[in-house]
Amino acid sequence: MWAPLTAVVVASAFPMGLRGLGLWRDSALAATVISAIEWFGELGIFCSKLVRAVMTRPFEARELFRQMDAMGAQSLPLVSLAGAATGVVLSLQTRDSLTRFGGKSLLPAVVVFSLIKETGPIITGLVLSGRVGAGIGAELGSMKVTEQIDAMEASAVDPHKFLVATRVLACILTLPLLTLAADFCGIFMGWVTSTLTEPISLHLFLHNGFKNVAFGDFLPPTFKTAVFGLIIGVIACFQGMRTRGGTEGVGRAATSSVVLSSLFLILADVVLVRLILVVFSS
Amino acid sequence: MKSRKEEPAEPAVVIKGLRKRFGRQVVLGGIDLAVMPGETMAVLGRSGTGKSVLLKLLIRLQEPDSGSILIQGQEICSLGFRELNEVRKKIGFLFQQAALYDSLTVEDNVAFPLVRHSQLSDEERRRRVRELLSSVGMDKDLKKLPSEISGGMQKRVGLARALALNPEILLFDEPTAGLDPITASEIDSLISKLKAERKITSIVVTHDIHGARSFADRVVVLNDGRILTTGTFAELQKSSDPLITRFLSEAA
Repeated sequence: MWAPLTAVVVASAFPMGLRGLGLWRDSALAATVISAIEWFGELGIFCSKLVRAVMTRPFEARELFRQMDAMGAQSLPLVSLAGAATGVVLSLQTRDSLTRFGGKSLLPAVVVFSLIKETGPIITGLVLSGRVGAGIGAELGSMKVTEQIDAMEASAVDPHKFLVATRVLACILTLPLLTLAADFCGIFMGWVTSTLTEPISLHLFLHNGFKNVAFGDFLPPTFKTAVFGLIIGVIACFQGMRTRGGTEGVGRAATSSVVLSSLFLILADVVLVRLILVVFSS
Repeated sequence: MKSRKEEPAEPAVVIKGLRKRFGRQVVLGGIDLAVMPGETMAVLGRSGTGKSVLLKLLIRLQEPDSGSILIQGQEICSLGFRELNEVRKKIGFLFQQAALYDSLTVEDNVAFPLVRHSQLSDEERRRRVRELLSSVGMDKDLKKLPSEISGGMQKRVGLARALALNPEILLFDEPTAGLDPITASEIDSLISKLKAERKITSIVVTHDIHGARSFADRVVVLNDGRILTTGTFAELQKSSDPLITRFLSEAA
């Protein structure tokens, strides 16, 4: 309620104020600033509709499971591959660095800590924002321009409930699970790479890697990906639902879904990492 | 068609002073219209005269700038989300490109409103979907996706979906646009059949004057966002307004 109202007030007052001060000469800049403020205002309205859709019955469980399958199960190979590749690279790079500083025995711990605390979650988030963000943006965008979303509203079905809430929830629920898969593949391939260079048993690798890991190191970073899921779901659905201008608009919706969700995901990560450090540092 | 003097019933749809503009472009500049129960009204006009916008405003897929819309005596412009949805359940809408859900089969498309707004069991629902589809001549291809059937067939399925909740009012947005003449006349016959069998109030936006002649009781001609004239085809043909005579002669 307040977000759109504030946005409208700021949108009208800010450029007028600058114009009054003689600072506002570039109309292209004015248009950009106003459209950015409008974007946040519209996002506020969209989120309020989403909250209402999530809180009210009936719940579209079937569509939720369909989306979880489409996002989760079908993203699993890509996320696993990304995690595995990250594990290989981490193992190769850190072995080289650690050998130079004489800390080669710390290799398993470095690989495990790096993957579970940051690399696994962020890689999963970025892979999903590409794969799922573009998919949602393009799908909802094409539904919008072919009047399928209008048809849903005409059938007295809230598209925010059927299309948006299910996709956002599916993103929130599947991202932590996919992060676990990325972590697992990364650690496993980290061991494979390590043992190919200098044989070490998996048991010893895992023992060395996990011996100083507390739940505080593992759970918060994994569950922060639920926030990444929220960001990807909300931004991609929002961009899809506000698509205008035919097939070109669908392309723009898909691209902007990926770009904006990746951007907000990285910004959120900065905040979340700091927050987790403050809360779980003890 | 009975004249309005003999028909004491309340109009099914009443539009008063309806205005809509996009930016500086005025799309509808004050529309006043009443459609009686059971009446089929064709809204004619050239492209870009605000016909489709008018139809979307009637179920608030777009919001009017000013004016009032009464559906069966109920003002809908001030309704909240839930009340509006109750009104929408009484109205069927056939979209210009049928607007079938890409990811659902023909059968699931028609079942979509039924799943959410009816208390039917699975078996009853399946039977109802088959009835609806066979009433529009689409009793085969139930398991096909919309992309696997032709444009004309999509329109038929769209019509079956629009009829799913037994609407009292039907809105058609260019039902024959983009179809070959034979398929277009089949769709026109379907509209006539619906009119005869179900006595539904219909508003059909079209630029196909031949089709409109076959099913419409009354015609509204829109020009530049305003109503140029309202009347039967016979009345229209007697008109001396140069715009109307041009419209009729060029469309003929």
